[in-house]
Amino acid sequence: MENAIDLDFTRNVIDEFNGAPSAIIAMLQEIQEKYRYLPKEIFPVLSRTTGLSEARIYSLATFYENFSLEPKGRNIIKVCDGTACHVRKSLPILERLRAELRLPQGVVTTGDLEFTVEVVACLGACGLSPVLTLNGKAYPAMTPDKASNLLRSVKESEVPRDA
Amino acid sequence: MLKSRQELKDLREKCRKAAKDEVRKILVCSGTGCVASGAQEVYDSFREILERLAIPVSLRFIEDGHGVGLKKSGCQALCEKGVLVRVEPEGYLYTKVKPSDCETIVTETIEQGRHVEGLAYKDHDGRVCKTTGEIPFFKKQTRLVLENCGNIDAESFLEYLSAGGYSSFEKALYDMNSQQVIQEIADSKLRGRGGGGFPTGYKWQQVYRQKLFPKYIVCNGDEGDPGAFMDCSIMEGDPHRMLEGMLIAGRAVGASAGYIYVRAEYPLAVRRLKKAIADLEKYGLAGENILGTDFSFKFKINRGAGAFVCGEGSALTASIEGKRGFPRVKPPRTVEHGLFDKPTVLNNVETFANVTVIIDKGADFYKKIGTESSPGTKAFSITGNIENTGLIEVPLGMTLKEVIFDVGGGMKGGKKFKAVQIGGPSGACLTEEHFDLPLDFDSLAKAGAMIGSGGLVVADEDTCMVELARFFMNFTQRESCGKCIPCREGTKRMLLILERVVSGNGRSSDIENLMDLAQTIKDTALCGLGKTAPSPVLSTIKNFRDEYMAHIVDKQCPARSCEKLKKFYIEPELCKGCVKCAKLCPASAISGKAKEAFSINPEICTRCGICVSGCKYAAIKEAW
Repeated sequence: MENAIDLDFTRNVIDEFNGAPSAIIAMLQEIQEKYRYLPKEIFPVLSRTTGLSEARIYSLATFYENFSLEPKGRNIIKVCDGTACHVRKSLPILERLRAELRLPQGVVTTGDLEFTVEVVACLGACGLSPVLTLNGKAYPAMTPDKASNLLRSVKESEVPRDA
Repeated sequence: MLKSRQELKDLREKCRKAAKDEVRKILVCSGTGCVASGAQEVYDSFREILERLAIPVSLRFIEDGHGVGLKKSGCQALCEKGVLVRVEPEGYLYTKVKPSDCETIVTETIEQGRHVEGLAYKDHDGRVCKTTGEIPFFKKQTRLVLENCGNIDAESFLEYLSAGGYSSFEKALYDMNSQQVIQEIADSKLRGRGGGGFPTGYKWQQVYRQKLFPKYIVCNGDEGDPGAFMDCSIMEGDPHRMLEGMLIAGRAVGASAGYIYVRAEYPLAVRRLKKAIADLEKYGLAGENILGTDFSFKFKINRGAGAFVCGEGSALTASIEGKRGFPRVKPPRTVEHGLFDKPTVLNNVETFANVTVIIDKGADFYKKIGTESSPGTKAFSITGNIENTGLIEVPLGMTLKEVIFDVGGGMKGGKKFKAVQIGGPSGACLTEEHFDLPLDFDSLAKAGAMIGSGGLVVADEDTCMVELARFFMNFTQRESCGKCIPCREGTKRMLLILERVVSGNGRSSDIENLMDLAQTIKDTALCGLGKTAPSPVLSTIKNFRDEYMAHIVDKQCPARSCEKLKKFYIEPELCKGCVKCAKLCPASAISGKAKEAFSINPEICTRCGICVSGCKYAAIKEAW
């Protein structure tokens, strides 16, 4: 299966931290960095090696905002809605992105797993507000129109899937 | 690996000499802001040009021999004007530098010492400021903690040494005993910069007295307040100053391990800290038997995972232990039962950076800055609708007016000042009547505000204060950990009311209900996050009650900001009936016949504004 989860990776991560229960958050972070979410298959493995119950690990995954149990899109857009960005009108940018990607309320990832649009509280680049990041790269002084253009350029620059 | 005090001194001396020998320096600001504006590209461009013109260049301090020092510095503070580049020894500051400008800077300034006027900073009146010293923004600042930030290569341990680095730690290790170090900090009256303003010396003394070992030092770098990035700038721009403060704390209280908890959103800070710690280990300033003494100290970095509540002490230690970030009931306090249930010194980034300054320059020097009860300086990040956004450091006790107008340069675009939000979601807003209020711990507390972590967000006349209150409540509600009912449920109720108000469905009893809920949450919530969550609402009601009334009674937003109270309509005389807007509308709210005037159905319209920018004839208008 194409999307099968490689549990060796998880085991390597556990080894890296010697299976220490106190390092569980760091382990989850590394796993999430690889898959862009936490696949459900990893929980029993983590539980067996760290001695923490699956429920306990699951509770961490739902408590901390950065963890996701759902697969995220290939392109991750984070719209900053910290105070500085907020007073310089970041919400219309978010609205525009969500409208253009036709994301229904409560949904952050497009059906084709191409885009995820998230809101973050502050990226620490307040001097350049409003800011958004696309796949980790920050784009300063955004407007709804600039966001539309950015979206377009990502879509256009992509190589078609079957090519 | 350095094995003695003398070896450290010798290396520092060598670095000092090397810094003097560096005749020219190009400092490319590489803080988060400038990196976003393209600092890496500018750096690469300088490197390529210098090599092409066969100008000897030194990329790594000392190791590359003499040449033009090309450095990635920490935040140079004028974030909005990035990418910032400073050329030493002249001190010329260039703003908005693009890779294509680098050649001019090299041929004019580096080769001939001439100033490039086109890239210089221009003040309010269009006057050219060649150096930072001439810029009003910097004139009123006192840079103690941020002294190195922007002046040295942020990733170079040796350059930190050249600026006198680790001499405070050296002093604390060899010339002072634990009690003397703690006394010096206590004498300086340093107060925690994380928000509460608790006396640092007293905290250390309490941990020192504990008989339980091991003891821990924890640095709170979970700068969660939206609109605050001072700690981020220190971690990125001068990580060693903070690490040195932690080493001093470890030496003072007898701890042998230091944990640094950094926000997940600060990847650059994590990278620079990792590099700094690796250098300390390499040079023998971290690990076992530091500099050949019996003092051992290890650093560890923990990355946050996106929970604001982890900025609270007991939640933060729980998170380091691999648990959910729940605060717990205190006492027992962190100084007795902190990390792994052991005595713990928990201070924030800026506090540790201050420690280094105090041990270096002495408590007497430190007390001369700031006010009697709040000595020293405070770093603020000043953002929002203000001319000079960026990172500032001023003596505590400076008035609000001085900060906003003298340092901040006044309002952006000549708009009218409305309020400044201080202390983030736990803070309050200050208005014109507070212009003469000195910014220090006690004066702010008296005014019902708090310094918080130091985020100052300036709002102009176009900012809706009700919406701002909703924004903060939305934030705290989302970040409430859910452990105690007042915070979990109370903030939710408050948010619902505020959402109702900004969308035009407010009820006449809403203000009263908000104040009632606020008082209950304040009195009964478990931790600081909950107790202070209603502050923005209370202070906006107090200062801007008429704005609340306008939303509730007249269903109007005086600041013309609330999207839900906005209406789009098509001006029939301007509309040519080109059908473009109807095609663009994702909600299919626009209809009409081709070549005749179209209209928008307000019931369906989602107010996304796509049609406005899409109309060639500017026929679609907004009204409040």
